[in-house]
Amino acid sequence: MDVISIRDMSKENIEDYLSLAEKMEKDLQNNSVKKIDGIISTLFFEPSTRTKLSFQSAAERLGLKVVDFIASLSSLKKGESFSDTVRMVDGYSDVIVVRHKLEGSARRAAEVAENPVINGGDGGNQHPTQTLLDLYTIKKLKGKIAGNEVHLVGDLKHARTMRSLAYGLAMFGAAVKLVAPKGLEMDLEMVEQIKKNFPSAKIEYLQNIDFSNADIAYVCRIQEERFADKYEAMSVKKKFRINPEYLTGVKDNFAIMHPLPKIDEIPPEIDDTKYARYFEQARNGIPMRMGLIKKVLEG
Amino acid sequence: MQVDIIENGTVIDHIKAGMGSRVLELLGIDKDFDNRVALVMRVISKRREKKDIVKIEGMFLDEEKINVVSLVSPNATINLIKNGKVAEKRKVELPTKLENFGKCPNPICITNHEYSKMLFTKEGERYRCKYCERLFEPSELI
Repeated sequence: MDVISIRDMSKENIEDYLSLAEKMEKDLQNNSVKKIDGIISTLFFEPSTRTKLSFQSAAERLGLKVVDFIASLSSLKKGESFSDTVRMVDGYSDVIVVRHKLEGSARRAAEVAENPVINGGDGGNQHPTQTLLDLYTIKKLKGKIAGNEVHLVGDLKHARTMRSLAYGLAMFGAAVKLVAPKGLEMDLEMVEQIKKNFPSAKIEYLQNIDFSNADIAYVCRIQEERFADKYEAMSVKKKFRINPEYLTGVKDNFAIMHPLPKIDEIPPEIDDTKYARYFEQARNGIPMRMGLIKKVLEG
Repeated sequence: MQVDIIENGTVIDHIKAGMGSRVLELLGIDKDFDNRVALVMRVISKRREKKDIVKIEGMFLDEEKINVVSLVSPNATINLIKNGKVAEKRKVELPTKLENFGKCPNPICITNHEYSKMLFTKEGERYRCKYCERLFEPSELI
Protein backbone atom coordinates (compact mmCIF):
# COMPACT_ATOMS: atom_id res chain seq x y z
CA MET A 1 0.00 0.00 0.00
CA ASP A 2 1.00 3.62 -0.54
CA VAL A 3 0.27 6.89 1.31
CA ILE A 4 -0.28 9.51 -1.37
CA SER A 5 -3.24 11.77 -0.60
CA ILE A 6 -5.75 12.53 2.13
CA ARG A 7 -8.38 12.19 -0.60
CA ASP A 8 -7.60 8.47 -0.79
CA MET A 9 -8.29 7.96 2.93
CA SER A 10 -11.56 7.18 4.64
CA LYS A 11 -12.29 8.33 8.19
CA GLU A 12 -11.65 4.75 9.32
CA ASN A 13 -8.21 4.74 7.63
CA ILE A 14 -7.27 7.96 9.41
CA GLU A 15 -8.55 6.66 12.75
CA ASP A 16 -6.33 3.59 12.26
CA TYR A 17 -3.31 5.81 11.63
CA LEU A 18 -4.08 7.93 14.70
CA SER A 19 -4.39 4.79 16.88
CA LEU A 20 -1.16 3.42 15.47
CA ALA A 21 0.66 6.69 16.23
CA GLU A 22 -0.66 6.57 19.79
CA LYS A 23 0.64 3.02 20.17
CA MET A 24 4.02 4.03 18.74
CA GLU A 25 4.28 6.89 21.18
CA LYS A 26 3.54 4.56 24.10
CA ASP A 27 6.06 2.01 22.80
CA LEU A 28 8.67 4.78 22.56
CA GLN A 29 7.98 5.86 26.14
CA ASN A 30 8.14 2.25 27.37
CA ASN A 31 11.20 1.48 25.25
CA SER A 32 9.27 -1.42 23.73
CA VAL A 33 9.29 -0.60 20.01
CA LYS A 34 9.12 -3.82 17.99
CA LYS A 35 11.93 -3.61 15.45
CA ILE A 36 11.43 -4.07 11.72
CA ASP A 37 14.09 -5.35 9.35
CA GLY A 38 14.44 -3.35 6.14
CA ILE A 39 15.68 -0.25 4.35
CA ILE A 40 13.91 3.07 3.76
CA SER A 41 14.91 5.58 1.07
CA THR A 42 14.35 9.28 1.61
CA LEU A 43 14.06 10.56 -1.94
CA PHE A 44 13.80 14.33 -1.46
CA PHE A 45 14.27 16.44 -4.57
CA GLU A 46 13.49 19.58 -2.57
CA PRO A 47 14.82 21.00 0.70
CA SER A 48 13.20 19.71 3.87
CA THR A 49 14.11 19.81 7.54
CA ARG A 50 11.22 18.42 9.58
CA THR A 51 9.70 15.96 7.13
CA LYS A 52 12.96 14.36 6.02
CA LEU A 53 14.62 14.25 9.42
CA SER A 54 11.51 12.99 11.19
CA PHE A 55 11.06 10.22 8.62
CA GLN A 56 14.71 9.26 9.05
CA SER A 57 14.41 9.40 12.84
CA ALA A 58 11.16 7.41 12.79
CA ALA A 59 12.76 4.76 10.57
CA GLU A 60 15.84 4.49 12.80
CA ARG A 61 13.66 4.10 15.88
CA LEU A 62 11.87 1.23 14.11
CA GLY A 63 15.23 -0.42 13.42
CA LEU A 64 15.24 0.28 9.68
CA LYS A 65 18.33 1.35 7.80
CA VAL A 66 18.13 4.66 5.92
CA VAL A 67 19.39 5.33 2.40
CA ASP A 68 19.43 9.04 1.69
CA PHE A 69 19.27 10.70 -1.71
CA ILE A 70 21.01 14.00 -2.33
CA ALA A 71 19.57 15.53 -5.48
CA SER A 72 22.58 17.75 -6.21
CA LEU A 73 24.92 14.73 -6.24
CA SER A 74 22.64 12.39 -8.19
CA SER A 75 22.25 11.38 -11.84
CA LEU A 76 19.60 14.09 -12.19
CA LYS A 77 22.55 16.19 -13.24
CA LYS A 78 22.96 13.81 -16.19
CA GLY A 79 19.30 14.22 -17.10
CA GLU A 80 17.85 11.08 -15.52
CA SER A 81 14.06 11.22 -15.35
CA PHE A 82 12.07 11.25 -12.11
CA SER A 83 10.44 7.89 -12.94
CA ASP A 84 13.79 6.22 -13.67
CA THR A 85 15.26 7.57 -10.42
CA VAL A 86 12.29 6.12 -8.52
CA ARG A 87 12.65 2.74 -10.27
CA MET A 88 16.33 2.61 -9.35
CA VAL A 89 15.83 3.60 -5.71
CA ASP A 90 12.95 1.13 -5.51
CA GLY A 91 15.47 -1.64 -6.12
CA TYR A 92 17.66 -0.46 -3.26
CA SER A 93 15.05 -0.21 -0.50
CA ASP A 94 11.78 -1.57 0.90
CA VAL A 95 9.89 1.72 1.18
CA ILE A 96 10.38 5.15 -0.42
CA VAL A 97 9.47 8.55 1.01
CA VAL A 98 9.38 11.04 -1.86
CA ARG A 99 9.19 14.83 -2.08
CA HIS A 100 9.18 16.63 -5.42
CA LYS A 101 8.04 20.05 -6.62
CA LEU A 102 5.82 18.62 -9.37
CA GLU A 103 2.22 17.93 -8.40
CA GLY A 104 1.27 14.28 -8.78
CA SER A 105 4.90 13.14 -8.55
CA ALA A 106 4.18 10.87 -5.56
CA ARG A 107 1.26 9.25 -7.42
CA ARG A 108 3.58 8.66 -10.40
CA ALA A 109 6.27 7.25 -8.09
CA ALA A 110 3.75 4.81 -6.61
CA GLU A 111 2.88 3.62 -10.12
CA VAL A 112 6.44 2.82 -11.12
CA ALA A 113 7.70 1.47 -7.76
CA GLU A 114 6.99 -2.09 -6.65
CA ASN A 115 7.54 -1.22 -2.99
CA PRO A 116 5.35 1.18 -0.97
CA VAL A 117 5.66 4.92 -1.54
CA ILE A 118 4.87 7.61 1.04
CA ASN A 119 4.25 11.17 -0.16
CA GLY A 120 6.48 13.67 1.64
CA GLY A 121 4.95 16.58 -0.30
CA ASP A 122 4.23 16.99 -4.02
CA GLY A 123 4.34 20.68 -4.92
CA GLY A 124 1.26 22.56 -3.78
CA ASN A 125 -0.87 19.43 -3.91
CA GLN A 126 -0.65 17.08 -0.93
CA HIS A 127 1.38 16.53 2.21
CA PRO A 128 -0.67 13.78 3.83
CA THR A 129 1.71 12.91 6.68
CA GLN A 130 1.63 16.56 7.85
CA THR A 131 -2.17 16.45 7.92
CA LEU A 132 -2.13 13.18 9.84
CA LEU A 133 0.31 14.50 12.44
CA ASP A 134 -1.78 17.68 12.74
CA LEU A 135 -4.92 15.63 13.40
CA TYR A 136 -2.96 13.47 15.84
CA THR A 137 -1.76 16.57 17.68
CA ILE A 138 -5.30 17.96 17.96
CA LYS A 139 -6.57 14.62 19.25
CA LYS A 140 -3.77 14.48 21.80
CA LEU A 141 -4.32 18.06 22.94
CA LYS A 142 -8.11 17.94 23.11
CA GLY A 143 -8.94 14.24 23.56
CA LYS A 144 -10.98 14.29 20.33
CA ILE A 145 -11.19 16.19 17.06
CA ALA A 146 -14.99 16.53 16.78
CA GLY A 147 -16.55 19.60 18.33
CA ASN A 148 -13.40 21.71 18.46
CA GLU A 149 -13.43 25.17 16.89
CA VAL A 150 -10.29 25.39 14.79
CA HIS A 151 -9.24 28.69 13.21
CA LEU A 152 -7.06 28.37 10.10
CA VAL A 153 -5.17 31.65 9.83
CA GLY A 154 -2.92 33.00 7.07
CA ASP A 155 -2.35 32.24 3.40
CA LEU A 156 -5.09 29.67 2.86
CA LYS A 157 -4.72 29.83 -0.91
CA HIS A 158 -1.19 28.55 -1.32
CA ALA A 159 -0.50 26.56 1.86
CA ARG A 160 -1.11 22.90 0.97
CA THR A 161 -1.28 21.98 4.67
CA MET A 162 -4.32 24.21 5.16
CA ARG A 163 -6.43 22.67 2.39
CA SER A 164 -5.77 19.09 3.49
CA LEU A 165 -6.25 19.98 7.15
CA ALA A 166 -9.57 21.74 6.51
CA TYR A 167 -10.72 18.59 4.69
CA GLY A 168 -9.59 16.32 7.55
CA LEU A 169 -11.11 18.52 10.25
CA ALA A 170 -14.46 18.63 8.46
CA MET A 171 -14.36 14.87 8.04
CA PHE A 172 -14.03 14.48 11.82
CA GLY A 173 -16.71 17.05 12.71
CA ALA A 174 -14.62 19.99 13.90
CA ALA A 175 -15.91 23.53 13.28
CA VAL A 176 -13.53 25.22 10.82
CA LYS A 177 -13.17 29.01 10.73
CA LEU A 178 -11.12 30.48 7.88
CA VAL A 179 -9.26 33.75 8.40
CA ALA A 180 -7.27 34.94 5.40
CA PRO A 181 -6.18 38.19 3.77
CA LYS A 182 -8.15 39.27 0.71
CA GLY A 183 -6.88 37.36 -2.31
CA LEU A 184 -5.34 34.58 -0.22
CA GLU A 185 -8.62 32.85 0.71
CA MET A 186 -8.97 29.09 0.39
CA ASP A 187 -10.05 27.86 -3.07
CA LEU A 188 -13.81 28.01 -3.36
CA GLU A 189 -13.61 24.56 -4.96
CA MET A 190 -12.15 23.07 -1.78
CA VAL A 191 -14.73 24.72 0.47
CA GLU A 192 -17.52 23.51 -1.83
CA GLN A 193 -16.13 20.01 -1.87
CA ILE A 194 -15.92 19.91 1.91
CA LYS A 195 -19.56 21.00 2.17
CA LYS A 196 -20.58 18.43 -0.45
CA ASN A 197 -18.66 15.51 1.05
CA PHE A 198 -19.50 16.35 4.67
CA PRO A 199 -22.95 18.01 4.64
CA SER A 200 -22.92 18.55 8.42
CA ALA A 201 -19.48 20.22 8.30
CA LYS A 202 -19.28 23.68 9.81
CA ILE A 203 -16.90 25.77 7.71
CA GLU A 204 -17.09 29.55 7.37
CA TYR A 205 -15.00 32.68 6.89
CA LEU A 206 -14.28 35.17 9.66
CA GLN A 207 -13.44 38.78 8.78
CA ASN A 208 -10.98 39.30 11.61
CA ILE A 209 -8.86 37.37 14.04
CA ASP A 210 -10.95 36.65 17.11
CA PHE A 211 -9.83 33.70 19.19
CA SER A 212 -12.35 34.18 22.01
CA ASN A 213 -14.29 31.00 21.11
CA ALA A 214 -11.43 29.14 19.46
CA ASP A 215 -9.99 25.89 20.77
CA ILE A 216 -7.10 25.92 18.32
CA ALA A 217 -5.48 28.48 16.01
CA TYR A 218 -3.54 26.88 13.19
CA VAL A 219 -1.31 29.59 11.73
CA CYS A 220 0.75 29.64 8.55
CA ARG A 221 3.06 32.12 6.96
CA ILE A 222 1.99 34.92 4.61
CA GLN A 223 4.62 35.31 1.94
CA GLU A 224 5.48 38.86 0.99
CA GLU A 225 6.11 37.85 -2.61
CA ARG A 226 2.38 37.09 -3.04
CA PHE A 227 1.66 40.83 -3.01
CA ALA A 228 2.44 43.31 -5.79
CA ASP A 229 2.23 46.19 -3.31
CA LYS A 230 4.93 45.95 -0.63
CA TYR A 231 3.11 48.40 1.65
CA GLU A 232 -0.02 46.24 1.50
CA ALA A 233 2.11 43.15 2.17
CA MET A 234 3.55 44.76 5.28
CA SER A 235 0.17 45.87 6.63
CA VAL A 236 -1.40 42.44 5.99
CA LYS A 237 1.55 40.68 7.64
CA LYS A 238 1.20 43.00 10.62
CA LYS A 239 -2.52 42.28 10.92
CA PHE A 240 -2.01 38.52 10.65
CA ARG A 241 0.92 38.43 13.06
CA ILE A 242 -0.21 36.63 16.21
CA ASN A 243 0.36 39.45 18.66
CA PRO A 244 0.11 38.73 22.38
CA GLU A 245 -3.01 40.93 22.62
CA TYR A 246 -4.87 38.41 20.42
CA LEU A 247 -4.49 35.98 23.31
CA THR A 248 -6.36 38.12 25.82
CA GLY A 249 -9.53 36.31 26.88
CA VAL A 250 -8.82 33.05 25.04
CA LYS A 251 -9.92 29.74 26.54
CA ASP A 252 -7.56 28.38 29.17
CA ASN A 253 -6.65 25.36 27.06
CA PHE A 254 -6.40 27.31 23.78
CA ALA A 255 -3.57 26.04 21.57
CA ILE A 256 -1.57 27.57 18.72
CA MET A 257 -0.28 25.22 16.05
CA HIS A 258 1.95 25.88 13.04
CA PRO A 259 3.44 23.53 10.41
CA LEU A 260 6.83 25.34 10.78
CA PRO A 261 9.11 26.90 9.78
CA LYS A 262 7.67 30.03 11.31
CA ILE A 263 9.37 33.29 10.38
CA ASP A 264 7.73 36.35 11.92
CA GLU A 265 4.03 35.46 11.94
CA ILE A 266 4.37 34.28 15.53
CA PRO A 267 6.65 36.48 17.64
CA PRO A 268 9.17 34.66 19.85
CA GLU A 269 7.50 35.81 23.07
CA ILE A 270 4.54 33.55 22.19
CA ASP A 271 6.90 30.55 22.22
CA ASP A 272 7.13 30.76 26.01
CA THR A 273 3.37 30.83 26.61
CA LYS A 274 1.35 27.74 27.43
CA TYR A 275 -0.58 28.24 24.19
CA ALA A 276 2.39 27.52 21.90
CA ARG A 277 2.13 23.85 20.89
CA TYR A 278 3.93 23.89 17.52
CA PHE A 279 7.20 22.36 18.68
CA GLU A 280 5.27 19.54 20.33
CA GLN A 281 3.29 19.26 17.07
CA ALA A 282 6.53 18.81 15.09
CA ARG A 283 7.71 16.12 17.54
CA ASN A 284 4.46 14.24 16.99
CA GLY A 285 5.74 13.61 13.47
CA ILE A 286 7.92 10.82 14.88
CA PRO A 287 5.22 8.44 16.24
CA MET A 288 2.90 9.28 13.36
CA ARG A 289 5.55 8.50 10.74
CA MET A 290 6.68 5.39 12.65
CA GLY A 291 3.10 4.15 12.48
CA LEU A 292 2.83 4.91 8.78
CA ILE A 293 6.10 3.16 7.92
CA LYS A 294 5.06 0.13 9.97
CA LYS A 295 1.64 0.08 8.32
CA VAL A 296 2.93 0.22 4.73
CA LEU A 297 5.58 -2.43 5.41
CA GLU A 298 3.53 -4.85 7.48
CA GLY A 299 -0.02 -4.08 6.33
CA MET B 1 -27.75 29.53 -46.08
CA GLN B 2 -27.99 26.30 -48.04
CA VAL B 3 -25.49 23.45 -47.61
CA ASP B 4 -25.52 20.21 -49.62
CA ILE B 5 -26.75 17.05 -47.94
CA ILE B 6 -24.18 14.28 -47.50
CA GLU B 7 -24.65 10.67 -48.57
CA ASN B 8 -22.49 8.92 -45.99
CA GLY B 9 -20.83 10.57 -43.05
CA THR B 10 -21.54 12.62 -39.96
CA VAL B 11 -23.44 15.78 -39.16
CA ILE B 12 -22.56 17.41 -35.86
CA ASP B 13 -25.31 19.81 -34.90
CA HIS B 14 -25.88 22.17 -31.97
CA ILE B 15 -22.17 22.85 -31.56
CA LYS B 16 -21.58 25.75 -29.22
CA ALA B 17 -21.45 28.89 -31.40
CA GLY B 18 -17.92 29.63 -32.49
CA MET B 19 -16.54 26.18 -31.61
CA GLY B 20 -17.12 24.50 -34.98
CA SER B 21 -13.63 25.19 -36.29
CA ARG B 22 -12.16 23.81 -33.04
CA VAL B 23 -14.22 20.62 -33.51
CA LEU B 24 -12.79 20.20 -37.02
CA GLU B 25 -9.29 20.79 -35.73
CA LEU B 26 -9.72 18.22 -32.95
CA LEU B 27 -11.12 15.67 -35.38
CA GLY B 28 -7.94 16.06 -37.40
CA ILE B 29 -9.71 17.58 -40.40
CA ASP B 30 -7.30 19.94 -42.13
CA LYS B 31 -6.32 21.02 -45.64
CA ASP B 32 -5.22 17.47 -46.47
CA PHE B 33 -8.64 15.96 -45.71
CA ASP B 34 -9.89 14.81 -49.07
CA ASN B 35 -13.68 14.59 -48.62
CA ARG B 36 -16.34 17.29 -48.63
CA VAL B 37 -16.66 19.19 -45.36
CA ALA B 38 -19.05 22.00 -44.45
CA LEU B 39 -18.75 24.33 -41.48
CA VAL B 40 -21.65 26.66 -40.83
CA MET B 41 -21.13 29.11 -38.02
CA ARG B 42 -23.52 31.08 -35.87
CA VAL B 43 -26.74 30.00 -37.51
CA ILE B 44 -29.94 30.45 -35.53
CA SER B 45 -31.46 27.27 -34.13
CA LYS B 46 -35.19 26.53 -33.71
CA ARG B 47 -34.76 27.66 -30.13
CA ARG B 48 -33.50 31.01 -31.45
CA GLU B 49 -29.99 30.34 -30.20
CA LYS B 50 -26.75 30.66 -32.16
CA LYS B 51 -25.04 27.39 -33.03
CA ASP B 52 -22.42 25.90 -35.37
CA ILE B 53 -22.96 22.89 -37.63
CA VAL B 54 -20.35 20.60 -39.18
CA LYS B 55 -20.97 18.12 -42.00
CA ILE B 56 -18.27 15.62 -42.90
CA GLU B 57 -18.54 13.27 -45.85
CA GLY B 58 -17.02 9.82 -45.35
CA MET B 59 -16.21 10.00 -41.64
CA PHE B 60 -18.01 8.14 -38.85
CA LEU B 61 -17.02 9.10 -35.33
CA ASP B 62 -15.79 6.47 -32.87
CA GLU B 63 -16.21 6.84 -29.09
CA GLU B 64 -12.96 8.75 -28.70
CA LYS B 65 -13.94 11.31 -31.31
CA ILE B 66 -17.40 11.67 -29.80
CA ASN B 67 -15.70 12.36 -26.44
CA VAL B 68 -13.65 15.08 -28.09
CA VAL B 69 -16.81 16.76 -29.36
CA SER B 70 -18.50 16.49 -25.94
CA LEU B 71 -15.60 18.22 -24.23
CA VAL B 72 -15.77 21.35 -26.42
CA SER B 73 -19.52 21.32 -26.90
CA PRO B 74 -21.45 19.26 -24.34
CA ASN B 75 -24.85 19.92 -25.98
CA ALA B 76 -23.90 18.82 -29.51
CA THR B 77 -25.81 16.11 -31.36
CA ILE B 78 -24.25 13.58 -33.71
CA ASN B 79 -26.16 12.33 -36.75
CA LEU B 80 -24.72 9.37 -38.61
CA ILE B 81 -25.81 9.57 -42.22
CA LYS B 82 -26.03 6.44 -44.39
CA ASN B 83 -27.33 6.50 -47.98
CA GLY B 84 -28.49 10.05 -47.50
CA LYS B 85 -30.65 9.25 -44.44
CA VAL B 86 -30.13 9.68 -40.70
CA ALA B 87 -29.18 6.16 -39.55
CA GLU B 88 -28.48 7.12 -35.93
CA LYS B 89 -28.92 10.25 -33.88
CA ARG B 90 -27.35 10.76 -30.48
CA LYS B 91 -26.58 13.49 -28.02
CA VAL B 92 -23.03 13.63 -26.79
CA GLU B 93 -22.46 13.08 -23.08
CA LEU B 94 -19.52 13.95 -20.93
CA PRO B 95 -17.87 10.59 -20.14
CA THR B 96 -17.51 9.62 -16.45
CA LYS B 97 -13.79 9.28 -16.97
CA LEU B 98 -11.20 10.02 -19.63
CA GLU B 99 -8.40 7.45 -19.87
CA ASN B 100 -5.25 8.04 -21.88
CA PHE B 101 -6.91 11.08 -23.34
CA GLY B 102 -6.53 14.82 -22.91
CA LYS B 103 -3.79 16.92 -21.40
CA CYS B 104 -3.64 18.33 -17.89
CA PRO B 105 -3.65 22.16 -18.09
CA ASN B 106 -1.66 22.47 -14.86
CA PRO B 107 1.91 23.31 -15.96
CA ILE B 108 3.40 21.84 -12.77
CA CYS B 109 1.49 18.55 -13.02
CA ILE B 110 3.95 15.64 -13.38
CA THR B 111 2.10 14.55 -16.55
CA ASN B 112 3.42 17.61 -18.38
CA HIS B 113 7.00 16.63 -17.58
CA GLU B 114 7.06 12.83 -17.78
CA TYR B 115 5.08 10.18 -19.60
CA SER B 116 2.07 9.14 -17.51
CA LYS B 117 -1.17 7.39 -18.38
CA MET B 118 -3.69 10.20 -18.19
CA LEU B 119 -6.83 9.75 -16.15
CA PHE B 120 -9.46 12.39 -15.51
CA THR B 121 -12.53 11.57 -13.41
CA LYS B 122 -15.76 13.53 -13.74
CA GLU B 123 -16.95 15.40 -10.66
CA GLY B 124 -20.09 17.37 -11.35
CA GLU B 125 -19.51 19.10 -14.66
CA ARG B 126 -15.73 19.19 -14.27
CA TYR B 127 -12.84 16.71 -14.37
CA ARG B 128 -10.23 15.96 -11.72
CA CYS B 129 -6.70 14.99 -12.77
CA LYS B 130 -5.62 11.76 -11.09
CA TYR B 131 -2.13 13.14 -10.52
CA CYS B 132 -2.26 16.81 -9.49
CA GLU B 133 -5.84 16.34 -8.15
CA ARG B 134 -6.99 19.68 -9.55
CA LEU B 135 -10.40 20.22 -11.16
CA PHE B 136 -10.76 21.51 -14.72
CA GLU B 137 -13.46 22.50 -17.16
CA PRO B 138 -13.91 19.86 -19.91
CA SER B 139 -12.79 22.26 -22.64
CA GLU B 140 -9.48 22.85 -20.82
CA LEU B 141 -8.38 19.23 -21.27
CA ILE B 142 -7.84 19.35 -25.02
